[in-house]
Amino acid sequence: MTSGDATPMRIWALRAAFLAVALAAWEAISASGLLFRDVVPSLVAIGAALARVLGTPDFYANLAVTAQEIGAAVVIGGLCGLATGILLGSNRFLSQAFESLLLYLGPTPKIIFFPVMIMWFGVGPGSKIAMGVASCFFPIAISTAAGMRQIDAVLIRVGRSFRASPWQMIRCIYLPAMREPIVTGLRLGLGVAIIGTLLAETKLSNKGLGYLVIQAYALFDMPRMYALLILLFVLSIGLNALLGRFSRVTRGIST
Amino acid sequence: MTVRALARTRNGARAFGIATTVAAIAVVEGLIRGGAINAYIVPLPTQILAALPRIIAEEHVLQRFWQTAQEVLWASLLLAAFGIALGALLYRFRLLRQAFEAWVGALAAAPIVLMYPLFLVIFGRSTTTIVMIGFAAGLAPVILKTAEGLSGTRKVLIDVGRSFKLSPAQQFRKVLLPAALPSVFVGLRLGLIFAMINIVGVEFLINFGGLGQLINELAERYDLPGTYGAILFVILASVTFFDLTARIERWLRPVE
Repeated sequence: MTSGDATPMRIWALRAAFLAVALAAWEAISASGLLFRDVVPSLVAIGAALARVLGTPDFYANLAVTAQEIGAAVVIGGLCGLATGILLGSNRFLSQAFESLLLYLGPTPKIIFFPVMIMWFGVGPGSKIAMGVASCFFPIAISTAAGMRQIDAVLIRVGRSFRASPWQMIRCIYLPAMREPIVTGLRLGLGVAIIGTLLAETKLSNKGLGYLVIQAYALFDMPRMYALLILLFVLSIGLNALLGRFSRVTRGIST
Repeated sequence: MTVRALARTRNGARAFGIATTVAAIAVVEGLIRGGAINAYIVPLPTQILAALPRIIAEEHVLQRFWQTAQEVLWASLLLAAFGIALGALLYRFRLLRQAFEAWVGALAAAPIVLMYPLFLVIFGRSTTTIVMIGFAAGLAPVILKTAEGLSGTRKVLIDVGRSFKLSPAQQFRKVLLPAALPSVFVGLRLGLIFAMINIVGVEFLINFGGLGQLINELAERYDLPGTYGAILFVILASVTFFDLTARIERWLRPVE
């Protein structure tokens, strides 16, 4: 392979070729009957299921339920995470006392708390929101605390010499200086909040996208399940890319 | 040492953190005994503590721990084999990397574990399903970090290999891989943590396997102290795992 960047044409041609081969292989396996037919349904069947799902108001109603749960989770978990992060990032003693707790609890599997959340918040949307909160709190708090410590000390001294109140310090110095770590934390947090909420929905619920997926599984409607999973992936990867673009735009000026 | 001086040291701060946590638990115990918190929703912390020996003995926690550990082990072997190979492929062929690196990045952000019903259909309600989900969930960071580490190899090292006329395989084994190892392990550790989280999560969701299933079972039996105790045990296990991999990572980091 020659060094130097390949032309965009070649890159796109390779991507298109890869997709074409993958889809053709899928269709061939589906038609060959080598695997159990329902496990690898024909692309036509998946496409038809996709159209059916998108054409029914049922999907949008459940999407709205899930979106509300995730939205509430990110707002609650985000604010708690932000407050915790600012507190730990600005106070050395508190950070030494409690930050290891955050770092250790952060990478534990959150879904195991679901039985407890059901006990505390009921079988309805409350326990799903709680799962989302428990998931997104940690990356946002950790990222904010790390961001606080990277703030240029000069900025903090400027705020102090203006005798800014703690609230003014947060609003005018800390938050603007930390936009990038906060957006990064939010991106990670949103990703895990989506997973936490939807997994909880697949375990126990009667509404939401997770419920639709597990219902399609229970009825063994494979094309519908593929269609729903494709939609879920497109939505969450799209949201992540959108936030990523936002963080790049805000960074664009400084670097 | 005065209290104020003690508070300024790192250990003093840690002791304060632990003391506050213990105090918070004691307050919860008091609130439950006082009736402010419903004991049928939150069991007494002392009851949870008392339940620990029981679940270790009767629910075979150690066996279950071993079962989960084996699943993580299988997933990590798959991750190392496929992740490093695919990462090396992206490094070797620039066009591949330009075409697909962003796709692998998008995959890292995708909620792969939500595909577990699909894995259930393909592999059945079995250990294979659990291992495959752990593998799929951890793959992207291993690929990305391997490619990153290999392309960060100092040019002078590559030239040394060339001047010894190493074959491509030797060059990879003796020069590129050792140079990239710290970065590869950063990816492997991330992948392993993702794999572990998803493995325990799926065990819980499909009610099969080791520690995750235990929590599900105890919750369904409405054994509250047992459920909380099992959750505590999973947290302990994942913290140990997390700490262990962090130590290996530090050990592998090159001396600047």
